[in-house]
Amino acid sequence: MNASDSTLEIAAESGAGQADSLEQRNRRLMWRLVTLAVLCAGFGFALVPLYDVICRVTGLNGRTNAMAVAAPSNTQVDTTRWVKVEFLSHSMPGVAIQFAPQEFSIDVRPGALAQINYVATNTSDRVFIGRAIPSVTPAVAAPHFKKIECFCFNEQTFQPGETRVMPVVFTVDPDMARELGTVTLSYAFFEAPKAAPKDLM
Amino acid sequence: MSVATTTHPGGHEAHHPSGLLRWIQTTNHKDIAVMYLTFAVIMLLIAGAMILVVRAELFQPGLQIVQPEFFNQLITLHGLIMVFGFAMPAATGLANYMLPLMIGAPDMALPRLNNWGFWILPPAAVMLVLPFFLGLGGVGAGGIDTGWTIYAPLSMQSGWGMDFAIFSVHMLGVSSILASINVIVTVLNMRAPGMTFWKMPLFAHGFLYTAIILITIMPVLAGGVTMLLLDRHFGTNFYNAAGGGDPVLWQHIFWFMGHPEVYVLLLPIAGLVPHILSAFTRKPTYGYKAQVYSMWGIMFLSVIVWAHHMFTSGMSVGGQLYFMYSTMAISLPLAVLFFCWIATIWRGSLTFETPMLFAIGFIVLFGWGGLTGLVLADAAADPQYHNAYFLVAHFHYALYPTTVFGAMAGIYYWLPKWTGHMLDERLGQWHFWVALIGFNVTFIPQFLLGLAGMPRRIPDYPLMFADWNMVSTVGAFVLGASHLIFVWNVIKCVRGGKKAEARAWEGAEGLEWTVPSPAPYHTFETQPAVK
Repeated sequence: MNASDSTLEIAAESGAGQADSLEQRNRRLMWRLVTLAVLCAGFGFALVPLYDVICRVTGLNGRTNAMAVAAPSNTQVDTTRWVKVEFLSHSMPGVAIQFAPQEFSIDVRPGALAQINYVATNTSDRVFIGRAIPSVTPAVAAPHFKKIECFCFNEQTFQPGETRVMPVVFTVDPDMARELGTVTLSYAFFEAPKAAPKDLM
Repeated sequence: MSVATTTHPGGHEAHHPSGLLRWIQTTNHKDIAVMYLTFAVIMLLIAGAMILVVRAELFQPGLQIVQPEFFNQLITLHGLIMVFGFAMPAATGLANYMLPLMIGAPDMALPRLNNWGFWILPPAAVMLVLPFFLGLGGVGAGGIDTGWTIYAPLSMQSGWGMDFAIFSVHMLGVSSILASINVIVTVLNMRAPGMTFWKMPLFAHGFLYTAIILITIMPVLAGGVTMLLLDRHFGTNFYNAAGGGDPVLWQHIFWFMGHPEVYVLLLPIAGLVPHILSAFTRKPTYGYKAQVYSMWGIMFLSVIVWAHHMFTSGMSVGGQLYFMYSTMAISLPLAVLFFCWIATIWRGSLTFETPMLFAIGFIVLFGWGGLTGLVLADAAADPQYHNAYFLVAHFHYALYPTTVFGAMAGIYYWLPKWTGHMLDERLGQWHFWVALIGFNVTFIPQFLLGLAGMPRRIPDYPLMFADWNMVSTVGAFVLGASHLIFVWNVIKCVRGGKKAEARAWEGAEGLEWTVPSPAPYHTFETQPAVK
């Protein structure tokens, strides 16, 4: 039985138990690899929370805090410089909301509270429930852009033809790097998903 | 068959069922390899025909032949079929046939799994293209049309061709994971006595690392498309910004699979080419250990560089720098491989039979693909070339020489072993030169178009791009025709030709050349001892 002799040799070489047959060892390794594949699938799903955490910490994708900050960390107003804040708005396809800021840009002192109004009109003849999703560019500015009040914190319901003025109160953190002179805040209006939205970060 | 042979794993049946059942039930690695390779070539021709329609449309500005919606389906299916339907099954086919022969094993370690792995493929392919053909017949909105990258939110909006593609990706993923498990178990447990890890053929090394990468990345993609399916039909919000998700998350998941995939396609070929170089230069492979270490380097780096595909998605400077430098770092182990290949050729007594031509063609063309990749990896330069034809030309220079030239080199090299006949050398040379000229005439103009600013995935273009597009289209049809020469040559070789000896090529080394040509149905039932 040459074949079984040689399998024993291989078994000794790879450090597996001498008594196991080649078939058993093959099967054991197979199940280990299947386990690895399942773990990797788990890693795929774990990327979702991981990605959320990484983006929140680093502001990598321009995500801003979509919830009100209780108090800005640094209340000292930096009077030595101005930061220009630009405002954008657009509605996603199929969303019948006409929607624009009253001013397209304002200059603010870092640390000082500022307010801007968006005006939105439901141009359709049905009730619209939706939500505006904010985004800040450049991404490195995102963690320093603090919204105290924003229509993006909640779902918005519009009656047919209704027009509403929606304020945003925010402050730019004085910790923000000095070389960032312009920050753009953009909103995209989406129709509310059919299921209840999971909490925005 | 001797009685003692029934002890090896999976136990071959003493009789072979004949006809169709033989192929459905077979657990023989050679039968399964033939099916893999046949499947791959059919897919190559289908996806090639699709892209020829695209090139025909791009022959002139304006819309002459197809509508944009149909154009989108063609480019999407071309990409998905070429990667998952042609390139991976072709490599798996080569591995199935040659790994047991090269490491002196009687068969793959898990023969039934092997059968399963293959037979999942044809239904997956049907699933992928069915909506496309139904759409042609006026049923439904057609096949998947998002580009092979399946970016959200576009992929959340497109029709049910997308759902078919999602299930198809699941099946393709399961198939390649099964094949990978089989390769790993075979290479680790089934080697001939005396063949230590450091005596293994480089082809076995290359495929082992490919299999490891695949087991890591394919489940992640499967999870990603599952989330897409949930978003589309079950009200979740993984990628839906309105519900707190983020479409960029899809890009991360996709490219976590998509970039290592490039090395999945490269490593088996990088393992195969040294065998051919060494055979036709009559010299031992230069730098065996250096090549293995380089493959390790490529394997580890491949899974940590993915976001260089996403420089324009709004990444922080720190992130861009990290992905830029880590991507460029891959060129170091690759350069080591290149230098080892060149050093193998250096001062050898070279002859240029067809497999050698394809191997050298692979090295030269893939070198261009690698160098243009460095341009794209530069985070400062990338925004200029991103989604332009420069990128298209780059990745075709990276992938075509690898998957087609490399696979062709392997097929021509081992064809005498499979069929027992030498191939028609004259036809092989024709194939090589027609393919080489066709390939360069197709893709050099696309570099120029990309530098001039032509975007990819658009069926129409301004007049200024007209001349080079015309040239590119002519090249594409020449390139397409070259594959017909290949098919003809293989059929001719199967049916007859000069009798091949056991060592079909004068300088060829390795266990596979110690068995007769054609290789008997069962080989190495008593494992050979390797000194």
